[in-house]
Amino acid sequence: MALLEIENLHVGVEDEDIRILNGVDLTLDTGALHAIMGPNGSGKSTLASVLAGREEYEVLEGSIRYDGEDLLELEPEERAEAGVFLAFQYPVELPGVSMTNFLKEAVNSVREARGQEELSSTEFLQQMRERADMLGLDADLTKRSVNEGFSGGEKKRNEIFQLAMLEPRLAILDETDSGLDIDALQSVANGVNKLRDGSRGFLVITHYERILQYIVPDRIHVMMDGQIARSGDKDLAETLEEHGYEWIREEVAAAA
Amino acid sequence: MTTTLDTDVRPEDRFISAFEVNHGQALNGTNASIAQQREDAIERFAQLGIPTNDLEAWKYTNIAKTIDRPYTLPLAPEGPSLDPSDVAPFTIDEMDAHRVVLVNGRVDASLSDIGDLPSGVVLSSLAQAGEEHPSLVEEHYGQYADFENEALTALNTAFVQDGAFVYVPSGTVVEKPIFFLHVTAGPESLFLQPRHLFVVEDGAIAKIVETQHSLTDAQTFTNTVSEAFVGERANLKHYLVQDEGPHASQVHTRAGQQKDDSVYSTNTITFSGDVVRNNATVEVNGSFCESNLYGLCIGKGEMHVDNHTQMNHVQPDCNSNELYKHVLNDESTAVFNGKVLVTRGSQRIDAYQQNDTIVLTTDANIYTKPELEIYADDVVCSHGATTGQVDEEGVFYLRSRGLSERRAHILMLQAFTDEVLSEYKIAPLRSYITDKIRRRFGSYFE
Repeated sequence: MALLEIENLHVGVEDEDIRILNGVDLTLDTGALHAIMGPNGSGKSTLASVLAGREEYEVLEGSIRYDGEDLLELEPEERAEAGVFLAFQYPVELPGVSMTNFLKEAVNSVREARGQEELSSTEFLQQMRERADMLGLDADLTKRSVNEGFSGGEKKRNEIFQLAMLEPRLAILDETDSGLDIDALQSVANGVNKLRDGSRGFLVITHYERILQYIVPDRIHVMMDGQIARSGDKDLAETLEEHGYEWIREEVAAAA
Repeated sequence: MTTTLDTDVRPEDRFISAFEVNHGQALNGTNASIAQQREDAIERFAQLGIPTNDLEAWKYTNIAKTIDRPYTLPLAPEGPSLDPSDVAPFTIDEMDAHRVVLVNGRVDASLSDIGDLPSGVVLSSLAQAGEEHPSLVEEHYGQYADFENEALTALNTAFVQDGAFVYVPSGTVVEKPIFFLHVTAGPESLFLQPRHLFVVEDGAIAKIVETQHSLTDAQTFTNTVSEAFVGERANLKHYLVQDEGPHASQVHTRAGQQKDDSVYSTNTITFSGDVVRNNATVEVNGSFCESNLYGLCIGKGEMHVDNHTQMNHVQPDCNSNELYKHVLNDESTAVFNGKVLVTRGSQRIDAYQQNDTIVLTTDANIYTKPELEIYADDVVCSHGATTGQVDEEGVFYLRSRGLSERRAHILMLQAFTDEVLSEYKIAPLRSYITDKIRRRFGSYFE
């Protein structure tokens, strides 16, 4: 059974006559990593938001099945408990919300939902240290408020750190590479690769082919005008890097 | 002995005639050190009258209406006798403190647990201090609170009888918090006027915690005046927790005076009350001082809470920080008016002021106004005010990590209020407060 099955997904913005997704089909198996590329405004981030359960989007048609269940029926926190994780494109600063307290509560609520024992404070802190080490994250960041005063790179690393702590089964990375310098990009990629242990599926949404040099995808989908316009193997990334997206648009137009 | 105020005449006249009737007896029975301003004060009260909404400083708080109720004025020292079990819910036992319980504005020794004080430190009722340390009381009493311009301070001064007194002599450190637990009790609708005086001399360090509770459902009004003197190089932290319930109104006037190199911090948290007006005035009469005024109002029901602050910088080279926050639910109303005065020649002043509000309903109201009066040219003064709702993007972020919508909201609100509590260096007090806040926010999202 596929981990994630998106069928004919049409999405608009609530109360507005705007359609963003116009029939997306995508299937992701456990253990696989798919990249979703495409120009600005093609609907990549909307897809990520719908998967995470953002309420401002309205699903007009189609379905999303996660582990065989209807994902759209679940509240955002129920999705997290079921093992869905979104690494935000713009991680939110939460002044006054302690990173450690927040993450402990998050980890334990997810563990409880999965029938696992709560972590004690000691176990939690130990796990936090291990995962921070694994990702080359400055452990001091975990002593601060969530994302407050973090640099862009620190925020993105912090998303991957949370991913490592919450151990999801489906991880969606929404332009986690945007705005990163090469060091930060490498450490984010290293983090993802370490978590790619066959037990989870990844959707990596990106603008640039660069991150795919470090995180080699099993499959690449190109999104245009709210649809998957083309899919291919990892070599598709290089073609896109060389020729841009226009040729796909032309091909699609010619086929129509 | 009590005097029931005659509601057939205008409120001012009720107090003036009660003053005249009792002047010869009950009022004169109290200590001479604190009684000497009585005559001037009642005269001034008669001239000023109870403030109305026409006055800019009282524009959003109709105190005249609140005072115009059939209250009873207690003028004799007898009060209800309470059992320790009555005040047990409020004693914050985890906090190792010199505890003084005041019932209806008077010290109740049987409920208090003062413990061992450092040598020379005085912790008593104001009336007792007036008898035992008259020169000390006379040196400071009535010197900082302004009854010439504040009608309610004049009223308090005219009827002054008792309250709390703290004296920390030069160079003395009081390690444990000094804890005044105020309770209002008894079946009558009391109009209480406690008067407190806190003297922290040069180089002394003290922390004063006051909490206010009510054991009665009767409608009460408390008109408190509290004066604080902070000597050179001294450090006074003063925490006030207001939680008197929905039937208690109050005007709490706090006047502090600072000398060179001193630090004075106040923190006022309002959990409940009917109409609550807090006046906090700090006169920084010294250089190289630091003044911190923090406040938090957790509004619910029809609570009306008005915080007026006044930072008077009359000497150069000082800094002051003001942070007031509100979280307003139901139909509650908050007012914040922050005045900063920097007089001519008071150069190199850094004065910051911030007021942030979260409104949880469309029926809650906030009126906020900064007032800067600056007559020096080398100063940094800033003020800011924000009003908004809980950041839904933040709530979504937390939910996407597995926290329930309820927990996400509580966490966001707690994070908002925590900044005001950063000054709470007394750990058991801080957890007492954060527990109360958590329970309150929890009740909002059930």
